[in-house]
Amino acid sequence: MKSLKSLGFAALIAAMTLGGAVSAQAPAATPATASPTATATTPDSGQAPATATTQDSTAPAAAAPGGATATAAPAAAAKIPEFNKPVPGIGQPTDAISLQPQFTDIGLFAQRFDTALIYIITIICLVVLALLGWVIVRYNRRANPTPSRTSHNTIIEIVWTVAPVLILLCIAVPSIKLLARQYSTPKADLTVKVIGHQWYWSYQYPDNGDFEVVSNILTDAQDKAKGEPRQLGVDARMVVPVDSVIKIITTSDDVIHSFAVPAFWTKMDAVPGRLNETWFKVNKTGLYYGQCSELCGARHGYMPIAVDVVTREQFAQWVAANGGTMPGAAKPASSDATANSPISNPTATTASPEPGAGASTTATENSTAAATPASQGATTN
Amino acid sequence: MTDTTANAHFFDHGGDAHGHHHDADHKPGFFARWFMSTNHKDIGTLYLIFAITAGIIGGAISGMMRAELMEPGIQYLPHWAHMWGQPAGNDAALHLWNVLITAHGLIMVFFMVMPAMIGGFGNWFVPIMIGAPDMAFPRMNNISFWLIIPAFLLLLGSTFVPGGTGDGAGTGWTVYAPLSTSGSAGPAVDMAILALHLAGASSILGAVNFITTIFNMRAPGMTLHKMPLFAWSVLVTAFLLLLALPVLAAAITMLLTDRNFGTTFFDASGGGDPILYQHLFWFFGHPEVYIMILPGFGMISHIIATFSKKPVFGYLGMAYAMVAIGVVGFVVWAHHMYTTGLDVNTKMYFTAATMVIAVPTGIKIFSWIATMWGGSIDFKTPMVWAIGFIFMFTVGGVTGVVLSNGGIDNYYQDTYYVVAHFHYVLSLGAVFSLFAGFYYWFPKMSGRMYSELLGHLHFWGFFIGVNVLFFPMHFLGRQGMPRRYPDYPDAFEKWNHIATIGYMIMAASMVIFFVNILYALFAGKKAPANPWGEGATTLEWTLPSPPPYHQFETLPVIEGGDHH
Repeated sequence: MKSLKSLGFAALIAAMTLGGAVSAQAPAATPATASPTATATTPDSGQAPATATTQDSTAPAAAAPGGATATAAPAAAAKIPEFNKPVPGIGQPTDAISLQPQFTDIGLFAQRFDTALIYIITIICLVVLALLGWVIVRYNRRANPTPSRTSHNTIIEIVWTVAPVLILLCIAVPSIKLLARQYSTPKADLTVKVIGHQWYWSYQYPDNGDFEVVSNILTDAQDKAKGEPRQLGVDARMVVPVDSVIKIITTSDDVIHSFAVPAFWTKMDAVPGRLNETWFKVNKTGLYYGQCSELCGARHGYMPIAVDVVTREQFAQWVAANGGTMPGAAKPASSDATANSPISNPTATTASPEPGAGASTTATENSTAAATPASQGATTN
Repeated sequence: MTDTTANAHFFDHGGDAHGHHHDADHKPGFFARWFMSTNHKDIGTLYLIFAITAGIIGGAISGMMRAELMEPGIQYLPHWAHMWGQPAGNDAALHLWNVLITAHGLIMVFFMVMPAMIGGFGNWFVPIMIGAPDMAFPRMNNISFWLIIPAFLLLLGSTFVPGGTGDGAGTGWTVYAPLSTSGSAGPAVDMAILALHLAGASSILGAVNFITTIFNMRAPGMTLHKMPLFAWSVLVTAFLLLLALPVLAAAITMLLTDRNFGTTFFDASGGGDPILYQHLFWFFGHPEVYIMILPGFGMISHIIATFSKKPVFGYLGMAYAMVAIGVVGFVVWAHHMYTTGLDVNTKMYFTAATMVIAVPTGIKIFSWIATMWGGSIDFKTPMVWAIGFIFMFTVGGVTGVVLSNGGIDNYYQDTYYVVAHFHYVLSLGAVFSLFAGFYYWFPKMSGRMYSELLGHLHFWGFFIGVNVLFFPMHFLGRQGMPRRYPDYPDAFEKWNHIATIGYMIMAASMVIFFVNILYALFAGKKAPANPWGEGATTLEWTLPSPPPYHQFETLPVIEGGDHH
């Protein structure tokens, strides 16, 4: 283990050095950020050339510069705005022992419930600990040389059966209430279709002209440059308006992913061939992070979620920058994005023997065919 | 339990004087004895050796995981992948991570805890405790053991063949479709599935054997309501195995045909549903967690009673609490699936049903404490492990009550909070009970006494280690750290670092454990028939240590119907 450790350490340094070298060139090679290849994190930064030979990364690496940037970007050359900056302790983890602060009514309710549960379970543990402590002190061999032969006491047995039942009833009532609240979706102000891919997210806005945003993780160097927390920054955020009911429809392109934003108390699996619905209504503008929460293959840990919660005006501005329209405005020209909807054609992935290949191909299609995704490349840096 | 066998001295096998009573027994030669064994004690020993071996491998894998997680960023995976002959690159290294988590889970569940509890202690002590000469089907017992060897080899071998983005099965122990079907090209996942098939067949045969043995081979006078609680726990466990494992076999067979023969059970494009796999898996998977803990409940009851010098408090309540846990354990499976898009009414039902399990579990915790209450407790090594078990299992149990709430799981599902929870009930629950049982029965099985000092040192090292290792995971989960991640945002570094230090403490304590075993085997004092005194009243303590090759050629008669 020791030799491994030193090996690892040496390589880490090497990787970091190489990573730094790569990042220095990053602005020049901006288009690369559109492809999953660019999700490279520390180890890969040093090994990027080698990775490029594997099948799943060649396709997007080759396609992205031509597809996403060269053809699509000019259409909406306007820079896609990013509104909120990361704020430590808000919408991102800290080393605290508490829950992340909540920014939805459901989350605040659930957080109070969770706090109550913490009190209950702490008391139960302390009671058990106290009882154990008492028998250890009072009924050890020296303190009590002659054991009793008691093996029954009906009353106490009834008590320790009924008491937990009552405690559980007290827990069950708010628990059922929480479930009911999560279930009853108010009238949605905006619907966002969240699609999981190996290994990135894309967000479709059917109410706004059905444009799609493809969201890839940033490299460590890019995170640093932008001041985003490592592992959480993305090149294109999901943007939603504040104080609005956002209906989330999740699905997947390949394997099961899970869309999770702890600060909203939201988690919903993205299952290929299924549409799952959930919702949230965020009370405060800000940037909130989440991470994929269902094992989805090699880069499961490298497909974060960043939700930029903005004012309605900012949202309209962002929609316009993406070539979309606000509801009530004229119909958008580009309706072909729906044709690429992964759920309409799940075979494309499942039939493919190569797990990465199907996903990457679809990704390329999405980013090229959807008229808008100038979101790519242009947003970064 | 204890009282029912209080009259065991009635028959005359007991006592040190009879240590060589059965020398007339013909023990077969080495190969026939250990490779063609039909003797429940030998097979039990084989199971224990196997489980310890698998445990070392599974534990070493968790060490690799903790090393990688000690600091943010990727430190070791590319080099391990390189040493494993993987192509350079990010994906092969990250795939190795998934192989590690998968192997750790499968090995610990199927090749460490289950073989040790049911195959090891169950084989060794169920026949003796019920006064039977051997298991009902000795040859089937042998094949149960020998099926698990190729199962384990298949699982280990799968790491040498392609499994998608790298070699080995990187699907998680749950093998969720479609990651395990279209998401993992290559034979690795097929091999892992076949490993589970063989391990499952092994367990089903074992379950049939235990059920038959316990129902038909109890000594005269030993009614079910006088049967020791460990035998009760294995009986309930055997039923869970018998009913749950065929469902797993069906589910993973469907995975195989989806992977290889073009069926679409779990593929929406062909009319299937990935969520169906999860229902099938957890219909097995939830009873499985009780399979891993129920025999431990049985052992803890014996140990607490023995070292408190008191009969078990509320014997019938204890027995039927296990039955209740087993029954309810079959109707709560979807609490593993709260975020898959279940209907709200379904979630409400599974929330309520899951909470119900806390009631019989609470009965057991309180009954153990009541057993100690008024006792004259001797803090021998098995007893400190048992007391540690009670408290740590309580901690793991109450976080289970938190997680039972469907609405809460929108936050905790797939976070380290879940990892903390199930390691508290397994690594601090099931494993504590395994160590308690091991120290309790080691003198009986080997005929040698271990060192109490080393046993206590092992306990304290392990106890502190696993708590430092797993308690911070609650905090990580509460801050939202997802499971199965090789790298994490820097904010998670502090608690991950501490957790890895806890692993090191735990690993050091395991060195003490192995030193203790070697010390006992080579230099330990000879163990008397009953080293634990008046509190140890079950039948195994009436036999010499180690017991004769064939015990109970004259069946013991259990007298006295005045107790439960």
